[in-house]
Amino acid sequence: MRPLHIRNSKGRRLSLDPSTVPAIELVGIDKKFGPVHANKNINLGVAKGTIHGIIGENGAGKSTLMSILYGFYQADQGEIRIGGRPTVIRDSQAAIAAGIGMVHQHFMLVENFTVIENITLGVEGGPLLGQSVDRARVELQRLEKEYGLEVDPDAVIEELPVGAQQRVEILKALYRGAEILILDEPTGALTPAEADHLFNVLRILRDQGKTIILITHKLREIMAITDTVSVMRRGEMVATRATAETTVEELAELMVGRRVLLRVEKGEANPGAVLLSVTNLTVKDSRGVTMVDNVSFEVKAGEIVGIAGVAGNGQSELLEAIAGIRKPTSGEILIDGQPVAGLDASRRRDLGLAHIPEDRHHMGLVLKFEEYENSILGYHRDPKYGRGALLDLDAIRADAEEKIAKYDIRPPNPRLKTANFSGGNQQKIVVAREIERDPKLLIVGQPTRGVDVGAIEFIHRRIIETRDAGKAVLLVSVELDEVRSLSDRILVMFAGRIVGEKTSDAGEQTLGLMMAGIAA
Amino acid sequence: MEFFDIFVSILGSAVRLSVPLLFTALAGLFSERAGVFDIGLEGKMLAAAFASACAAYVTDSAWMGLLAGIGVSIVFSLVHGFASITNRGNQIVSGVALNFIALGLTVVLGQAWFGQGGRTPQVSGEGRFTPIILPGADAMREVPIIGPLYVNVISGNNILTYIAFLMVPIAWWVLFRTRFGLRLRAVGENPGAVDTAGISVAWMRYRAVIVAGFLCGFAGTYLSVAQSAAFIHNMSAGKGYIALAALIFAKWKPVPVMLACLLFGFLDAFANFMQGKSVPLIGEVPVQIFQAMPYILTCVLLAGFIGVARAPRAGGVPYVKER
Ligand SMILES: Nc1ncnc2c1ncn2[C@@H]1O[C@H](COP(=O)(O)OP(=O)(O)OP(=O)(O)O)[C@@H](O)[C@H]1O
Ligand SMILES: [Mg+2]
Repeated sequence: MRPLHIRNSKGRRLSLDPSTVPAIELVGIDKKFGPVHANKNINLGVAKGTIHGIIGENGAGKSTLMSILYGFYQADQGEIRIGGRPTVIRDSQAAIAAGIGMVHQHFMLVENFTVIENITLGVEGGPLLGQSVDRARVELQRLEKEYGLEVDPDAVIEELPVGAQQRVEILKALYRGAEILILDEPTGALTPAEADHLFNVLRILRDQGKTIILITHKLREIMAITDTVSVMRRGEMVATRATAETTVEELAELMVGRRVLLRVEKGEANPGAVLLSVTNLTVKDSRGVTMVDNVSFEVKAGEIVGIAGVAGNGQSELLEAIAGIRKPTSGEILIDGQPVAGLDASRRRDLGLAHIPEDRHHMGLVLKFEEYENSILGYHRDPKYGRGALLDLDAIRADAEEKIAKYDIRPPNPRLKTANFSGGNQQKIVVAREIERDPKLLIVGQPTRGVDVGAIEFIHRRIIETRDAGKAVLLVSVELDEVRSLSDRILVMFAGRIVGEKTSDAGEQTLGLMMAGIAA
Repeated sequence: MEFFDIFVSILGSAVRLSVPLLFTALAGLFSERAGVFDIGLEGKMLAAAFASACAAYVTDSAWMGLLAGIGVSIVFSLVHGFASITNRGNQIVSGVALNFIALGLTVVLGQAWFGQGGRTPQVSGEGRFTPIILPGADAMREVPIIGPLYVNVISGNNILTYIAFLMVPIAWWVLFRTRFGLRLRAVGENPGAVDTAGISVAWMRYRAVIVAGFLCGFAGTYLSVAQSAAFIHNMSAGKGYIALAALIFAKWKPVPVMLACLLFGFLDAFANFMQGKSVPLIGEVPVQIFQAMPYILTCVLLAGFIGVARAPRAGGVPYVKER
């Protein structure tokens, strides 16, 4: 290759061999959101044709850094160099022009548009849609074939599963000619098979010389696919390693700043009285499709029962039916021996139920509320939080501060708007609220989705402590590892039915086959 | 046959009464599809009516009137845009404020300039848009059924009426067949997607409210220099709100918007016809019942009886990146 001649910021001419020039270089990037210092003087270089992982606790500033690179936010200070060239990225348009594409943590798709409309948005190629869409179709077919990214171009986004929506996001970037692809927690909502598929696509892209930055909380993924990895902590870039020369343990320690127990340690279960009993439960969704099909099981005091299954096999509906959010079509639910058919969610809580919902944004929190308000959400009628018809704000805030300290919620400020906490800390707010109620029965959905290793360890420990305190725990998770390491008994759900029960030492393979509906 | 004549005459007046609704509802369509709610349609229409009545009187040209109406209406749009797009203010508050400003300012200025209690002087001749007799109207007169319909409903309207109905396919085409329309709809659904696609959200929304201002200019002009020949106090009389109702009723789609406006225009025409007439057994029906119909129908719709009306998802929400 011909050497590149560029001028540096002082106008001096530099000669560089392109093979040694990093595809991306961030120099001294600094960013504040009001009082939050999200990125502190970050330096990072990523070599062309490699996959670079970025890990870090929730709120470490990973998404912010990548959004600066993509022109979505403006850095307060610092310089971005693309292929050695100092580049001002004022908006996403400039980033696209510089060959950068990004798949955001929360997808940036227009839900009621078709796939092809989403892909061409912004690069329509002419004022009229007719011919430009036809041209896009041809190009799209080529990309789909080349990278194995199949999607129906005329499908409407909101009707596609998450995995397909993500393929659309990647196609969007490739269609714009991205040479550098940023993926922010792409596997958070994917099934294991979809994640494997994604990684194959990323390998093909890398082998073609594209540069990829991958943000994830799953250290296993970092080890499996990245060439180099950087660790962020509290806004700072604390280390960069070649993946081959590091270990999961080292990375976890770098991330959290202390040693992390990656394995869950728990003693024998001492099952006692039955606290949750579900008999012949059937639940239909709003379209009338049977999601839970004649399911029966029990959960006893002092045990954790895990429900394993690929997302969308009825686990969510089962949890909602027990929590009193969704009405079952038939069957019976007993909480602590009491039938709960006519009781709403709040009455069920009075019976000793606590619920950590699967989707914290949708069901667990009011993001516009301040932290302390969310810390009592659903329990605001408790006399200890009120004086007659009024809320006792002092008591509530004191209570919130206690939980913040106990659960290490950061930043430790009960007056901060909940939306301004990072995902992992938001999850801790919910976990603290529910577990600190000292319930008899705890039902938990996806307790660690999008949560960093430090927080995962913490949340797992709390769940086990809850069990050891003689409570019954029902756990639903699409992370098979999580179900295996926490549960005393595992029920596998497939197509709305419980297809089998295993003990916690069942192999991954056995469970995997059951989850796919192949074995029982 | 007499019944048919009455029907044709009500229909003709329904078309004429639906024109300002149609312009305004299409204006709202562009604005709201881009995610900017526009309660200020009423005010823009009123301000445009005043401006075009003044300009038409001074220049003695209806077209100059239209130009002035459009200009003033766009200025109102830009104020709305500045408050709600640039400064991320509450869109409803901004719209309501503009309605009050228009209501007060038109009377004050009218009184100051013309001293006729807020009215503007009558315009006539070239200063007005007058009915156009379409070719063949005389020959058609004798044809049964189609004849009277052609003569009284299709022919004999002023140019703005034809423009209004022409705007429907144009609006559809712009929204669903052009790049501008694609981006406009996207910005009303998920501005984040538009921003990350490298398009300026603010500029897209400004263009949408300018289009809305443009169309409201036609509506106001229609009121004061086509339907009537002068501006009078509060002559829009809530039509902006009925247009909003039509927009919801039509689920933010151009052709249904036209049908909803025709329906509401028909109700209005029917109310006028029923005024002072007594119905056997019931007696005189209060016209207010008909006038309330658009709102009642919209409430019924919103209550979910005629399917769900889903507003553009980002509607009413200012776009902020940094919380
Ligand atoms: N738009 C914003 N406005 C204000 N503060 C923000 C904004 N985006 C992020 N922050 C704050 O900046 C910090 C860094 O957030 P960021 O989203 O970059 O973290 P992250 O490392 O991606 O975390 P996660 O793993 O949870 O996705 C957090 O404290 C967050 O609350
Ligand atoms: Mg993030």
